[in-house]
Amino acid sequence: MTARPRTPLGSTLQLVAAHAALLLYTLIALFPIVLIVLNSFKTRNAIFRTPYAFPDADTFSLVGYETVFSRGNFPQYFANSVIVTVCALLLIFIAGTMAAHALAEYKFPGNAIMGLYLALGIMVPIRLGTVSILRLVVSLKLVDTLAALILVYTAMGLPLAVFILSQFMRQIPRDLKDAARVDGASEYRVYWMTLPLIRPALGTVMVFNMIPIWNDLWFPLILAPSDANKTVTLGAQTFLGQFVNDYNAVLSSLTLSALPVVILYVLFSRQLIRGLTSGAVK
Amino acid sequence: MPSSRKPFPIHIVVFLAPAVIIYTLFMIYPLLDSLRLSLNTVDPATGNEVYAGLQNYQRLFTDALWQPRILGALRNNFVFFAIHMLVQNPLALILATLLSSRFIRGRTVYRTLIFTPSVLSIVLIAFIWRLILSPIFGKALFAPLGITLPPLLGEPATALPTLGLVSVWQWVGVPMMLFLAALIGIPDELIEAARVDGATGWGVFWRIKLPLILPTVGIVGVLTFVGNFNAFDLIYTSQTALANPAFSTDLLGTLFYRTFFGFQLQLGSPTMGATVAGVMFMIILIGVMIYMFTWQRRLLRNTVEL
Repeated sequence: MTARPRTPLGSTLQLVAAHAALLLYTLIALFPIVLIVLNSFKTRNAIFRTPYAFPDADTFSLVGYETVFSRGNFPQYFANSVIVTVCALLLIFIAGTMAAHALAEYKFPGNAIMGLYLALGIMVPIRLGTVSILRLVVSLKLVDTLAALILVYTAMGLPLAVFILSQFMRQIPRDLKDAARVDGASEYRVYWMTLPLIRPALGTVMVFNMIPIWNDLWFPLILAPSDANKTVTLGAQTFLGQFVNDYNAVLSSLTLSALPVVILYVLFSRQLIRGLTSGAVK
Repeated sequence: MPSSRKPFPIHIVVFLAPAVIIYTLFMIYPLLDSLRLSLNTVDPATGNEVYAGLQNYQRLFTDALWQPRILGALRNNFVFFAIHMLVQNPLALILATLLSSRFIRGRTVYRTLIFTPSVLSIVLIAFIWRLILSPIFGKALFAPLGITLPPLLGEPATALPTLGLVSVWQWVGVPMMLFLAALIGIPDELIEAARVDGATGWGVFWRIKLPLILPTVGIVGVLTFVGNFNAFDLIYTSQTALANPAFSTDLLGTLFYRTFFGFQLQLGSPTMGATVAGVMFMIILIGVMIYMFTWQRRLLRNTVEL
């Protein structure tokens, strides 16, 4: 197509209507979140008297945050979430790229069946095996440890990671790898060489796996519920339940728990959205 | 292709082993073992688990104590799913259609902002809305607008639809992105050709765009189905594991949790918990099968005819 068709005059109205609709829904999507953040910086009285106003010199207060830091164990929860998420992503990365490489690179009997086997977990929720996962974790003496969560999240993330990565790896030109083989590179070396080439897909897979792991409530609740091993999501859930009538504390802890994810989202929204569409459209 | 005489190349085994071991041990084995467990029951005399056939499933659907719970959770889960299909997915399609127009400026900004609730944990979303709809803070919020807020989360008739809409509010960004990706993938030439032939905006949407994104419509449907029949966090956080008021918001996920772990006076039972998980597994399996054998096959046939 050479020249874009110009907007017909009559459709200026349509354009305005489209913007109005999008703006309205954006407001609906963001308003509740903004309202929480805004009021977390206000005194209790101001929260109820002027819920829509920005905090000013009279109404500004950090009392909620003080409660959260003195009564909650959020630095610990935060550290636990970081450990669990980073370790699980690392394992998904290592095991996922290796398996994807095997499926994409080599023709061997059972290749298709193996691909299908690893893809089964894309549609079946891992939660349904919880009764046996807990028994397994107990028998491995991993109950109430972060390691249990890491292993379960790795198993949960692998199917989609292997699926997306192997599709991507099939598109890498063969010449490159064959040239390395002629030079005497081992198959392990060839695998190592391909890793920099799949960076775009890798970023997508990592960001796409990070959010469900960070936000999960179910497995922390069942596999690692003690205070020392709580993730942020479970920690916030417990804290909010205890302080439900302390509005300052509730609003502040909601704001604090949302903050890290929102920052990551702002930084990585492109990869996330790409992961979402590449994972499901195919 | 290596001939069957040659030994299986060891490097392939090395590459596959970590993923296959972790995935098999922590996902496939537990799923199968859980299904096996649902066919067992605890012998009261010895305390051992013994094979009991479909007895647990029969008990779940016929016992006077279990039947209302499982049927209630099933009914509620279908209502929850219906709300998502009727509100979330059409809304997502509308938003995606607007965002796919080349004439709209700031599309990326709208898209990113509308998606924001989907990246927050369900726990936070549940508390945010509980707060907004609460009798105290909610009153402060809605009184200036002249609205008297009924206790939406406290009444059995309104609690489930309200939570369904909260869930829609959180997740609408996901199908929106999927629809958007499909709509952007439609070649401009097709739409231009239809316009030259005199098709209006509506005509283009119904006769060109919608048929072309039908595969995505199917995927969104099946993802919604699996997600909804696996939902737990929102109800647990907002209404506790008892799915207040009076079990009116009980979904299969909360019933699974209560059955397995017990809650308050109810004792937990691994075998009955596995049975509820077995029912969820069957429902999800049937949903995915229906999708694969009707929707996908029909699409395949249509492409062949084209």
